[in-house]
Amino acid sequence: MQRIGVFVCWCGSNIAATVDVQAVSDALAQEPGVVLSTNYQYMCSQAGQEMIQSAIREHGLTGVVICSCSPRMHEATFRKACQKAGLNPYMVEIANIREQCSWIHKEKATATEKAIALGKAAVAKVHLNAPLTAGQSPVTKRALVIGGGIAGIQTALDIADAGFAVDIVEIQPTIGGNMAQIDKTFPTLDCDACILTPKMVDAAQNDKNHILSYSQVEQVQGFVGNFTVTIRKKARYVDETRCTGCGLCTEKCPQKKVPNEFNLGMDNRRAIYIPFAQAVPKVAVIDPNYCTMLNTGKCGVCSKICTAGAINYHQKDELITRQYGAIVAATGFNPISMEKFDEYAYSQSPDVVTSLEFERLMNAAGPTGGVLLRPSDGQHPHTLVFVQCVGSRCDGGEKGKPYCSKICCMYTAKHAMLTREKYPDTEVYVFYIDVRTPGKNFDEFYRRAVEEYGVHYVKGMVGKVVPENGKLHVQASDLLGGRQLHIDADMVVLAAAIEPDKSARPLATMLTASMDTNDFFTEAHPKLRPVESPTAGVFLSGVCQGPKDIPETVAQAGAAAAKVIGLLTKDHLTCNPCVAHSDEAMCNGCSACEKVCPYGAITYESKPFRAPDRSTVLRRVAQVNPAVCQGCGACTVACPSGAMDLLGFSNQQILAEVDAICK
Amino acid sequence: MQVTTDFKPTIVAFCCNWCSYAGADLSGTNRLQYPANVKIIRIPCSCRMNPTFLLRAFQRGADGVILCGCHPGDCHYTTGNYYARRRMTQLFSLLDFLGIERERTRVEWVSAAEGAKFAQVMNDFVATVTRLGRNRRLEDLRCRK
Repeated sequence: MQRIGVFVCWCGSNIAATVDVQAVSDALAQEPGVVLSTNYQYMCSQAGQEMIQSAIREHGLTGVVICSCSPRMHEATFRKACQKAGLNPYMVEIANIREQCSWIHKEKATATEKAIALGKAAVAKVHLNAPLTAGQSPVTKRALVIGGGIAGIQTALDIADAGFAVDIVEIQPTIGGNMAQIDKTFPTLDCDACILTPKMVDAAQNDKNHILSYSQVEQVQGFVGNFTVTIRKKARYVDETRCTGCGLCTEKCPQKKVPNEFNLGMDNRRAIYIPFAQAVPKVAVIDPNYCTMLNTGKCGVCSKICTAGAINYHQKDELITRQYGAIVAATGFNPISMEKFDEYAYSQSPDVVTSLEFERLMNAAGPTGGVLLRPSDGQHPHTLVFVQCVGSRCDGGEKGKPYCSKICCMYTAKHAMLTREKYPDTEVYVFYIDVRTPGKNFDEFYRRAVEEYGVHYVKGMVGKVVPENGKLHVQASDLLGGRQLHIDADMVVLAAAIEPDKSARPLATMLTASMDTNDFFTEAHPKLRPVESPTAGVFLSGVCQGPKDIPETVAQAGAAAAKVIGLLTKDHLTCNPCVAHSDEAMCNGCSACEKVCPYGAITYESKPFRAPDRSTVLRRVAQVNPAVCQGCGACTVACPSGAMDLLGFSNQQILAEVDAICK
Repeated sequence: MQVTTDFKPTIVAFCCNWCSYAGADLSGTNRLQYPANVKIIRIPCSCRMNPTFLLRAFQRGADGVILCGCHPGDCHYTTGNYYARRRMTQLFSLLDFLGIERERTRVEWVSAAEGAKFAQVMNDFVATVTRLGRNRRLEDLRCRK
């Protein structure tokens, strides 16, 4: 029989106001095995913990029940306190009488009755608790950062600065991400290339940092501290170690009509290309969809002119398998497709562009060399209409996204301001639902656009854009003026909502990290653990967790790096001891458990058993690897012979709780 | 079937540790009321829910049993709630066969952010079970005090 101590917490008045704590401790004192039942104002305080510790020593307690707040809050606190007094930490059970009792019930009698029932269930469970010892698993001192945008680069640099090896996996041929396409950044109007490209170079030159560009994560196995990741390094058809990035091949390639992704298809590149002048690694890549040599076997111009001999048409995808201690998801975002927003005539007129396309048109390295020209006729536009919230803050979710994309108000103000600055003869209209400028120097920036640069901000939505006689006829409402507006514009710029990159969801499945309905990664706690995913060892950086601007992304990237460094400095991690356990005497080796295990923690071993005729027979029995098992319990229910059980949540323990509650 | 206004059904709610238990905590943090006869048992994942637990609860006098887990696709263990959904579907057909009212059992997906949904689900479930009255069909009379 266990010797159980029950400690009922008042939580100040949080519990004591609606639950008669004295009645609870008195009632639980009557339960079998309870040798001590008491209550105190703040159990989690120093004095409360000392009270528990001295009770363990004085009464020789073998089990402890604490009726307090949620175990998600203080289970770890109380376990640690009991461990200090010599009790196994897994002999502690919490009855949640705050979040699941005192806070939701108003009537004292019913709340007290429920608190007693919950306490009884915890006492019944503790009777069946057994001391558990957490194992240890070693930590691989290497981190993987998935995504090489500013978030990934910053996280990787910070980890590398702390002295740990880190790999960046980037799906594109170069790192840099979305930020590489931007012309100037708000609110300071810094030249974007001047702040990003030095970081890209740092990432390439840091000895601890390794860039795997044009690569993709294929498989993730293992768990915190011990991930095994398979990465597919796609064939570039160019030997990375030989290519000098001279770019001669990209000038001589005869296949000239390939839409240039970097300029969003607004100009062309060759079949062999370097995405942009400051690309890192600065290595050419052959686009297999357009290369004549790869498709027909006749050409080979690039190979002939390459003095470094870097071209290799026979290169194959390479699979790299590496061990990592921690993984950071930094998969970033993309603007949403405009195909569902045909009222803005995006598909009908080339003069209706998205903000990112506008960014390229304004960029000195863009398709027009930084001169703002209408894509349709190359003329200088005089009237520009910016439409905000295209796809953001849409109810219903069918067409757009329910959330605010956060960055559009600011970049639209930037675009409007830059247009007016470069071309004072233009008229610029911005249609908005709300202008949201929470950020350092953001509102000042927006006001400058209105007051100094004379941008016309109109509260209202654009209903329709009709291309007519080389103009774009914009029909909109001015809500504050209470009138309909008709503007003949030369260009319309759509502030498209941003959405997580398409690669994020399959990656989340591989990482067993959770996502919200919008495919943003979910953080472990929305306020207190914003850069950790609920899956141990997986961290989040940048827009993959939620819309962010560059300063916020960099801040979060640093925070994620700090968490990774904290993990990698440890030599060993304590495992969760609440894992599955098979009773070898009962196991019949049917493999049902192995099939349902999401972690591959179950293997089979032949072990000698004594047969009824006293001979020794070899029997196949399930073995659980406690370092790999995460303790979900899927196998315990799948097991037809009842051999599989979960430590800490055993069948008997849960049934005891059921019995106690149903009494 | 005896239905009285002061009938307070015994409801056992199995909640997965990662989503629904946290959702229940959130409904507490937000002070959202639901009846006190709902008592929660924490399990690591909805896939830990052994059909035996449900049957035992009914044997011991529970009037309704509800299993709450993460939304499909959001399971902390990737696929646990899919197992749970399948197993419960099978179990429900057994309960149909035994003549237990389908409304006495329920599977709900409640995320850690859905405190309001948790309270609403519990209010609704308690109202439904209260309407059905006591569970007599599976109750083991030897267990009655």
